[in-house]
Amino acid sequence: MTTTTSKSPRLGRLTPYLLGLPAIVWLAVFFVVPLVLMLAKALQECNPATGVCTMSWNFASLSDAWSSSSTIIFRSLGYALAATVIDLVLSFPIAYWIAFYAGRRKNFFLMMLLVPFFVSFVIRTVIWKFLLSSDGLIIHTLQNLHLVSSDYQILGTTFAVVAGLAYNFLPFTALPLYVSLERLNPALLEASHDLYAGRITTFRKIVLPLCAPGIFAAFLLTFIPAFGDYVNQQVLGGFTNTMVGTVIQNLFLVSNDFPGGSALSAIVMGISLIGILAYGRLLGSKSIGDFV
Amino acid sequence: MTTENRSSTIRLNRVTKSFGDVTAVDDLSLEIREGEFLSLLGPSGCGKTTTLRMLGGFEEPTSGSIYFGDVDVTHVPPHRRDVNTVFQSYALFPHMSVADNIAFGLRRKGMSKWDAAGTVADMLTLVDLEGRGDRKPTQLSGGQQQRVALARSLVNHPKLLLLDEPMSALDAKLRKTMQIELKRIQTQVGITFLYVTHDQEEAMTMSDRIVVMNHGRIEGSGSPREVYEHPATEFVATFLGASNLLAGTLETATGEFDVTRHAYGSFRSPRHRTPAGLSGSVKVGVRPEKMALQPAGSPVADSDNSLAGTVIVSTFTGVGNQYLVAAPHGEQFVVYAQNSGQAFAPRSGEDVVMTWPVEHTFVVQPSKAVPAEGDSDD
Ligand SMILES: Nc1ncnc2c1ncn2[C@@H]1O[C@H](COP(=O)(O)OP(=O)(O)OP(=O)(O)O)[C@@H](O)[C@H]1O
Ligand SMILES: [Mg+2]
Repeated sequence: MTTTTSKSPRLGRLTPYLLGLPAIVWLAVFFVVPLVLMLAKALQECNPATGVCTMSWNFASLSDAWSSSSTIIFRSLGYALAATVIDLVLSFPIAYWIAFYAGRRKNFFLMMLLVPFFVSFVIRTVIWKFLLSSDGLIIHTLQNLHLVSSDYQILGTTFAVVAGLAYNFLPFTALPLYVSLERLNPALLEASHDLYAGRITTFRKIVLPLCAPGIFAAFLLTFIPAFGDYVNQQVLGGFTNTMVGTVIQNLFLVSNDFPGGSALSAIVMGISLIGILAYGRLLGSKSIGDFV
Repeated sequence: MTTENRSSTIRLNRVTKSFGDVTAVDDLSLEIREGEFLSLLGPSGCGKTTTLRMLGGFEEPTSGSIYFGDVDVTHVPPHRRDVNTVFQSYALFPHMSVADNIAFGLRRKGMSKWDAAGTVADMLTLVDLEGRGDRKPTQLSGGQQQRVALARSLVNHPKLLLLDEPMSALDAKLRKTMQIELKRIQTQVGITFLYVTHDQEEAMTMSDRIVVMNHGRIEGSGSPREVYEHPATEFVATFLGASNLLAGTLETATGEFDVTRHAYGSFRSPRHRTPAGLSGSVKVGVRPEKMALQPAGSPVADSDNSLAGTVIVSTFTGVGNQYLVAAPHGEQFVVYAQNSGQAFAPRSGEDVVMTWPVEHTFVVQPSKAVPAEGDSDD
């Protein structure tokens, strides 16, 4: 022991970095470089005809992107928030039940929660489109039962978009919640009841605070991808509920406006980042790493 | 049902609790007197925790009822019972300070933050943790956490405090200190304690009364001295301390003595040391420290019982000698002699006579599980 440490103290100190090297290289090549390129692109001016871009430090592109898309950004934030809240409310009881009452069949129920998500994201969403379309199974049945009018439709509405987001991101909410509930010592709940707290007080005073990290992780893991998502809106939505992801996709792939798309992406990223930091502060955590 | 009826006993009336086909508590009746320190003692799985959990309201009896005074609380949920529990793992709330942990029950009962703070400070003094109120439970040692758990319950002045092996996570030395500490606190606050332990010495030193359980039933109860000196059953005689027992047949003789016939003759025993209603097949016995060894063939006093045997093992323990003596048919007896200097000290292989005063001889009901044949001590 003593001989090896005295032989190469420098190598010893470098070990953590050496071990981290593959990850660092990976992040640099596939994350940092594209990020920098994208941010750089936002400040360039391109000729749409030739596709040639020159760096002009055009910071105005950011404010242009903001002023042209702010309504859509707020709408996207609203949809993402709605979907996240729905998911939190839906998955809390599920996660709670699995963690405390499923007994030996915990793994089975977790599996059941995940099975639909073995199918590709896009295919799942498209299948919902079939199911919800005006001549699809669900509306048809409802119409036959005279529960809805003959011109009733779900597809294209805001409801469909939010429901799609909520459906697709549910596991991202349920799993972190489950993990934090599973770690909760049941004796603490008994102790709380023992000290005259009923169910609601116990939930408020013991379960919620102890699961705050899990709720936070669930919130971020659901909210951020939902905020930037465009698949649900494109497949299930219509013209009145465009989300920011759709706009970015159009800027890049339809109008070939790379600087505009990059600028809008940068804004979306910035908002997510601000959200994360602000929420982290609010929760009084020292490091976000504790949560995610 | 919170503060009235304070001056009353707590009663378990023919309580049974089954989990599927396991009967954890079997037709158990028990009275807990106000202000006493009562210990539940028994082997693992005998139903101690289950009994406590029914008193705390965490389990409902399958049948039978529980009374606090004359109020039936059998189906009252834990948060509406005037009972608190010190959990084995302490179950302190990790996200709250020590002071907030202790104030939790007071606040739920509607006490203001300010009043609670004062009461909590007094409580911290009682358990010797002044000035530690701002810490988080994880910043305390095991013994300190245990005292916080105790304070968190005591502060509510419950009618009954339940403690389920609260010392099991502490090392032997700290345990001894905490035993004294716990007894001091209990005497000071005068709250009824129901204490579960595996450790018979712990139960003996702290309790006003001991209840020995086995297979969900009560095998014996009384003051530590009563239970030790007058065990009611073979199980109690062997579980609480050591006993030398011999199977025999009880003959009710005239006068103040009972006579038990056995393979080597008979032993006399005081009438009052035979549990009421016992007859026929019994076990007769004596505690190892009540016996003495004499050289083989020594005369036996009239007031003594005696039995011949051969020393198998002789162990010097410092404060005394412990002998294992075999009777002719092979039953083994433990004899414990104090190292008072002049006693006869036989070596292994030597023939001896075991003698002990008739007054220390007792008769017990044999355990049903064990065939009443050929076994002696345990
Ligand atoms: N929730 C439960 N489900 C099924 N069986 C149980 C349950 N709780 C207790 N038991 C059974 O009831 C019996 C009594 O258990 P209990 O925990 O009361 O014993 P104990 O005397 O406290 O034992 P120990 O000294 O080991 O703590 C045991 O056989 C146990 O397996
Ligand atoms: Mg137990």
